[in-house]
Amino acid sequence: MTIEDLRERAGEERERQGKWKRRILYCSAAGCVSCGSKETAESLKQSLKTGGMDTEVEVVGTGCMGLCGEGPLVKVHPDDVLYERVDTSAANAIVTSHMMRGEIVSDHLVDQTVPFFASQVKVVLENCGRINAESLDEYLAAGGYEALGKALGEMQPGEIIDEVRKSGLRGRGGAGYSTGLKWGIVQKAESDQKYVVCNADEGDPGAFMDRSVLEGDPHRILEGMVIAGYAVGAQQGYIYIRAEYPLAIERLRLAIKQAERNGLLGNKILDSNFSFRIDLRIGAGAFVCGEETALMRSIQGRRGRPKPRPPYPSERGLWEKPTLLNNVETFANIAPIIRNGSAWFAAIGTPKSTGTKVFALAGKIRNTGLIEVPMGIPLRTIIFDIGGGTTEGTEFKAAQTGGPSGGCIPSAHLDLPVDYESLAGIGSIMGSGGLIVMDSTSNMVDVAKYFMDFCVDESCGKCVPCRVGTAHIAGLLGKIVNKKATAEDIGLLEELCMMVKATSLCGLGQSAPNPVLSTLRFFRTEYEELLQPVEGFVPTNGERQETERPWP
Amino acid sequence: MAIVTLTINDEHLSGNDSDSILTIARQHKIHIPTLCHLDGLSEVGACRLCLVEVEGSSKLTPACSTKPVEGMVLHTNTDRLQRYRRMIIELLASEGNHQCAVCVVNNHCELQNLSYEMNLQYVRFPYLYPKKELDASHKDFIIDRNRCILCTRCVRVCHEVEGAHVWDIAHRGIRCEIVSGLDDPWGDSEACTACGKCVLVCPVGALIEKGATVAEMEKKRDFLRYIVTARQKREWIDIHEEG
Repeated sequence: MTIEDLRERAGEERERQGKWKRRILYCSAAGCVSCGSKETAESLKQSLKTGGMDTEVEVVGTGCMGLCGEGPLVKVHPDDVLYERVDTSAANAIVTSHMMRGEIVSDHLVDQTVPFFASQVKVVLENCGRINAESLDEYLAAGGYEALGKALGEMQPGEIIDEVRKSGLRGRGGAGYSTGLKWGIVQKAESDQKYVVCNADEGDPGAFMDRSVLEGDPHRILEGMVIAGYAVGAQQGYIYIRAEYPLAIERLRLAIKQAERNGLLGNKILDSNFSFRIDLRIGAGAFVCGEETALMRSIQGRRGRPKPRPPYPSERGLWEKPTLLNNVETFANIAPIIRNGSAWFAAIGTPKSTGTKVFALAGKIRNTGLIEVPMGIPLRTIIFDIGGGTTEGTEFKAAQTGGPSGGCIPSAHLDLPVDYESLAGIGSIMGSGGLIVMDSTSNMVDVAKYFMDFCVDESCGKCVPCRVGTAHIAGLLGKIVNKKATAEDIGLLEELCMMVKATSLCGLGQSAPNPVLSTLRFFRTEYEELLQPVEGFVPTNGERQETERPWP
Repeated sequence: MAIVTLTINDEHLSGNDSDSILTIARQHKIHIPTLCHLDGLSEVGACRLCLVEVEGSSKLTPACSTKPVEGMVLHTNTDRLQRYRRMIIELLASEGNHQCAVCVVNNHCELQNLSYEMNLQYVRFPYLYPKKELDASHKDFIIDRNRCILCTRCVRVCHEVEGAHVWDIAHRGIRCEIVSGLDDPWGDSEACTACGKCVLVCPVGALIEKGATVAEMEKKRDFLRYIVTARQKREWIDIHEEG
């Protein structure tokens, strides 16, 4: 297939879509499927059939539409009407009223002028909820693989890397390393074999950005990876995806098959001399396999344990070969950057953190769901305008970014711009995009303990500080929660946290104390309220332990 | 291979750039404590005792798995490092069920020696008292997991030097354990050649010879040096190939 064939197919698809009087899009991502969107779709189709309208109206399953808390969601084109909580009876009502008589069903209507929709900027999610995730033609009709055509047909690898570098795109996995620089290192590395790896082992509690992109727009990731492969000189790609995402795996498998059959993957892609294959590798449920060195060992079929860096994967990665490893969202940004140019992308966001960021809003927030905002947007806008504030009028207390590696941000810092440096400056991290909102009913020591228990479970056990240190941090937090701790324990807790952070082998251990340290920083009184009062407290300098726990 | 110059604790030194910082430091009689490292085995960087400070880097660097760079300025014994090292020993002490007074390697134990070296006299963390198993099914040796510190020297020596790969790690995090085969009794292992290398490299009393009593067992690790040197010279392989 050549780029001209692609454009022809895209044109045919657009024509086909235009022939329908209306198209009903229903969300078929995991969130809406779990609240019954498949049944909704069935009853939509049934009602259309009985009403004799199944030749005029098409029913299509799409990716995530964003407002996950109000599912199942249904969108009607070209009227641009969005319905929420569409159960089977609401589906019938939509057909009998909206489809037949053109009257909008106001009971389930979503006002799309509210900030939840108006404040978002969609780059990564541009196709999510707009195209059928299982159709290559629909992706082509939305401009898909145009970027690949441009990259292979008009650009040299060096030009692509320059373009990515100038766009200012930074790794969306959380650490924020410059993507262009990373690509450049892999390109310059000399080797007979190189690899491109996509990290889709999204494991933070409350985070579902990567899953939504993979479920709603899988071809975008493939396109980004092929462009990356061409730019750095790799012929083989792997997507490492967790087994807990069966729907995303199914759609990726389908997308890979479609791409292979149509000459977009495999030998001589788009009739060029470039060949690239992508294979899936399914994780077995270890959080630590999201760490790049552990991930690569897992791909090689070995135990998922990190190893010391350097050497970095870009020098010696999979099977000791130079390996480019990026997150799902990073790859999702590649096609638009190539298509629209680096200047367009760099104009979004802030000078140091360009582009947009996808966040998964969860916790005590009114609009639970998936959003995409320009970098640098104040946290307040995300939580109160887009998120609609906390549920049931309770008072906002903290926002947690970065999952078990991040920190809690108190209301005093709500005006903080959301970019890599600002978040790191107050002891949190950008992370992969999980954003959990907590209100006055949440106890911050419990929150810290929850994340620390998670880290204890997920520590691989290789290095001492993470293996034993996290267990003792969790133990100390338990002691505090059970009101058995003294001020001395808080001191020990802080000392231990600093040590685990400084000495652990990989990112998991180095960032595991963050939730504790940030809650200690901003919500210390909540810890102190739980302490056991000691009359005339005098620090014992460990004399007590000396008798209790002599060693060796 | 090239010679690089570096500064360790204000001392100007030189070394091979293919050696680790740890090797160079030891060549110059600078002491850096270690537990998982053993000359002749691959580096895993797991015990974190050999972390050193590199000027210009905010992160601590493991000396065992880091190569020197020309002009590097290192500090190996700052207050901060000493504090962290002590804490690592404390953590290890609290993790297992260590009873020095009745241990076969009492007075010949690397964990114990490091405790003395760091003047550690009590542990601030509660002992975890894990339920661990002892396996005496092997005809010559015993593994007592109560004393294991998970340095994985046994795993590496068995895989890298003996080539049998009897040992590996099961579970994860605080529940990690050294197991033989697919968590079978050691005595049932068909891969085990009873060479005893794992017993000799074990820094503590987790792997021991049968029949030894309290404080009797001293581990001799010189054999590893001979094997590694012989391998580098390809002595055995040539004999084998010719024969």
